[in-house]
Amino acid sequence: MRYLPLSDADRSAMLDKVGAGSVDELFRDVPEEARLTGPIHGLPMHASEMAVERDMKAMAAKNVAAGDVPFFLGCGAYKHHIPASVDHLIQRGEFLTAYTPYQPEIAQGTLQVLFEFQTQVARLYGCEVANASMYDGSTACWEAIGMARRITRRKKAIVSSGLHPHYVSVCRTMAKFTGDLLDTAAPELTAETDSGRMIAAIDSETSCVVVQYPDILGRIADLTPIAEAAHAAGALLVVVNTEPVALGQIKSPGEMGADIVVGEGQAIGVGLQFGGPYVGLFATREKFVRQMPGRLAGETIDAEGKRGFVLTLSTREQHIRREKATSNICTNSGLCALAFSIHMTLLGEKGLTSLAKLNHARACEAAARLAAIPGVRLVNHAFFNEFTLELPVEARPAVHAMVEKGVLGGVSLGRLYPDEERLANGLVIAVTEAASDEDIGTLEAALKEVCQ
Amino acid sequence: MSVNPSGWRPSAPAASQGSAPATVTGNRALMLEEPLLFEIGSRDQTGVDFEQADFGESRLAGLERQDLDLPGLSEPETVRHYTRLSRQNYAIDLGLFPLGSCTMKHNPRLNEKVARLPGFADVHPLQPQETVQGALMVIDRLAGWLIELTGMHAVAMSPKAGAHGELCGLLCIRTALEARGDAREVVLVPESAHGTNPATAAFCGYRVEDIPATKSGRVDLAALKARLGADVAAVMITNPNTCGLFEPDMKAISDAVHAAGGLVYCDGANFNAIVGKVRPGDLGIDAMHINLHKTFSTPHGGGGPGSGPVVLSQALAPFAPLPFVTRSNGGFRLIEEETASEEHPRSFGRMTAFHGQMGMFTRALTYMLSHGADGLAQVAEDSVVNANYLLRSLEDVLDAPFAFSGPCMHEAIFSDKGFAEGFSTIDVAKALIDEGFHPMTMYFPLVVHGAMLIEPTETESKAGLDQFIAALRSIAERARAGDESLKAAPIFAPRRRLDETLAARKPVLAYQTPAPDGAGNGFGAEFGGG
Repeated sequence: MRYLPLSDADRSAMLDKVGAGSVDELFRDVPEEARLTGPIHGLPMHASEMAVERDMKAMAAKNVAAGDVPFFLGCGAYKHHIPASVDHLIQRGEFLTAYTPYQPEIAQGTLQVLFEFQTQVARLYGCEVANASMYDGSTACWEAIGMARRITRRKKAIVSSGLHPHYVSVCRTMAKFTGDLLDTAAPELTAETDSGRMIAAIDSETSCVVVQYPDILGRIADLTPIAEAAHAAGALLVVVNTEPVALGQIKSPGEMGADIVVGEGQAIGVGLQFGGPYVGLFATREKFVRQMPGRLAGETIDAEGKRGFVLTLSTREQHIRREKATSNICTNSGLCALAFSIHMTLLGEKGLTSLAKLNHARACEAAARLAAIPGVRLVNHAFFNEFTLELPVEARPAVHAMVEKGVLGGVSLGRLYPDEERLANGLVIAVTEAASDEDIGTLEAALKEVCQ
Repeated sequence: MSVNPSGWRPSAPAASQGSAPATVTGNRALMLEEPLLFEIGSRDQTGVDFEQADFGESRLAGLERQDLDLPGLSEPETVRHYTRLSRQNYAIDLGLFPLGSCTMKHNPRLNEKVARLPGFADVHPLQPQETVQGALMVIDRLAGWLIELTGMHAVAMSPKAGAHGELCGLLCIRTALEARGDAREVVLVPESAHGTNPATAAFCGYRVEDIPATKSGRVDLAALKARLGADVAAVMITNPNTCGLFEPDMKAISDAVHAAGGLVYCDGANFNAIVGKVRPGDLGIDAMHINLHKTFSTPHGGGGPGSGPVVLSQALAPFAPLPFVTRSNGGFRLIEEETASEEHPRSFGRMTAFHGQMGMFTRALTYMLSHGADGLAQVAEDSVVNANYLLRSLEDVLDAPFAFSGPCMHEAIFSDKGFAEGFSTIDVAKALIDEGFHPMTMYFPLVVHGAMLIEPTETESKAGLDQFIAALRSIAERARAGDESLKAAPIFAPRRRLDETLAARKPVLAYQTPAPDGAGNGFGAEFGGG
């Protein structure tokens, strides 16, 4: 077997050294009645690289790849072009096959990358500090609510109706067990967000207000009034972002008063991958850093005075604090954070700004063309690269009908909110730099047909 | 082609004795220093070209951003920056990485190739299900393998990592207990457990109590039985445990816990030792997470992403989280709607957006198909042979607290007993770095003083182990003899020992652009803020 270096002669020499007559003797602590005597029945035997590749390729071929058709899905995962050098660099064995940098003298590569990543995320979000990443945006969102509870010692979170419904579900699931109270609502198909509802709901029990920006319908609104209202009541503003490219063109949450900013970093460098692995981003104010979950890389010096980096403030973490830790999180999303960081380095401010402008221009173009289809209404006044249409027909079957025409034409609100009949005609369309004029034309024609 | 007309031959000049001279750049041949991105990049530089767009009126609600301050690099500079940084990392691709309980095995490159097929890598999680049947099939097939290998009833695929899997298992347990109107408050965890176990139990609202161990490093069954009662929701057992030992009483533990109305969580971090040899389902386990990034070879990536599917017993399967994949009409269907339905009347809910770590699923399934049922059993056997070979080759120079009780499983544990006064595990670890090895897990588990937990995995050759043994024997003898030079190690790494106390006392967690007057980003400076 190609991944196993021991020969039979090695095994037998090693068993001699161990003083065991057979491998079975080494498994003597396993009760005999539970020990398997041969390969597990029903599973195939080992296979050649060629045979395995053929098997896996056949399954891959059963999927429609986003790059093969006109493609307009968003809602928390975005198709952007990833420069070839990103995937090349993350496949260097020294990055790919390294462990968590617990031995900093021989992990400066990973540690410096994490320090740079933290700085990039903090600047993108307009915050002072960021951690070395979380599992994904949804789990980061829940961790932010927990962090706000620890800081304010209050348990009520007011959640915007514009927060991604999967994120709401994750928070609702966890809150059942922690006793946090969540004030939630489903969105309305209006151009305005529900900032009025949220501001009115803030009271002296409120730990935080959680707002997505841009929100699930693609809307963007000034967060300053919510920040002021939250702070006046001693609550925190948590801002969630699922499309980091947007922050190349619109104000950062930090500059509008956010205390904790979390999000999904997938759009930069990571790729769609059917939902994972992605990379959760998490940033906050310096004064809250000891309440922040997750790993942190920090700067220090070595015994010769040279600059170096280490994992730090680990007294917050489970391997030191055990049941008193800020979170049970252990793994971060290191390789995805690396991909994010490399892509962001290639972009820089200049590239990110250009990319964002290109996305917005294409989305404006598509919105104007699609809104001109008879019976179709553009819900948004303001948006970045994603907007919501109200169709004259139910959107969920319309999406399937567009598949028949070779178009992946957005995400229906019927799929995201199956219990909200008033949202059934809503269709969320994301338009990135990857969508060509021709793609937009194909979508326009397909949507026109399915709306008749 | 090169010629050497002068007939010059290398010699060792006397000047190179002692410390090597400084270089102008700070580099040392192939060991290249690399500044921070923020010191070499520029806001005006970029490594990506974009086509021109027609910019009409923007629709950004007047929220245009003015300031970003993100430096960029051209593509050649980017490739060099990250290539140079990569060379300051140790990695499995370079050599033995014997971190106990981390299972740092070879990462096959076929896995990487398969995961990058556009049909897997370039698929959106919310695509209509008729366009992702192959992806759902991968999840279904991997789930089938995990169920067969563990002898369990069902598997929850969405947890993002091992600790997330623990959370999934404990939430299933708590939901199942509440469903029968049985509010219990305590979770019992051995002292030798990973820190995630008590952290997870506390997160789920449980009070954590320790389970005592016997002198031979196993759960003390009698003491456990004495503690069981109507307040104990679950016990969390790692098996094989973090001392590298199989819990021979596992079935008796499970039976006792069940008899007292509790449930059994097994931490599957060490499944590599027993895959294909014994099925946890036959030992009475109710829930166990499986680290695909350990047993099933998905890359650790410098600290993630992981993937932690959780296998469940019949008692817990109804409470599994959303979403999950079912077979229907010759195809596959993703059950994702949160509202309780006949398909999941009692699910505890959703743990993450979308459907789990698909990119890890494709890699893990590729690995399983490569090994097959026969190969996976051989994996377990070779990992155990390698660990026992290390144990017996080192026990005369390193204290092995449980070696008396018989063979270990996939990892061997030693203590710092017998080292000269003032010498500890860290000195041995740092000396291993100079010998070209990654150190073992240090000071864990907590139940062994100065623990050194060594997990070679099955992908190491005998010759490689022999070299490691020779190096570690020599270092152990120096630690016993009190050789002060150990305290200076590592000498040959990119950095000497780093000051972790300074890093924690005055945290510098983001780069601060130096002020124009020349005041630096240096340590000792107070944290400056945004």
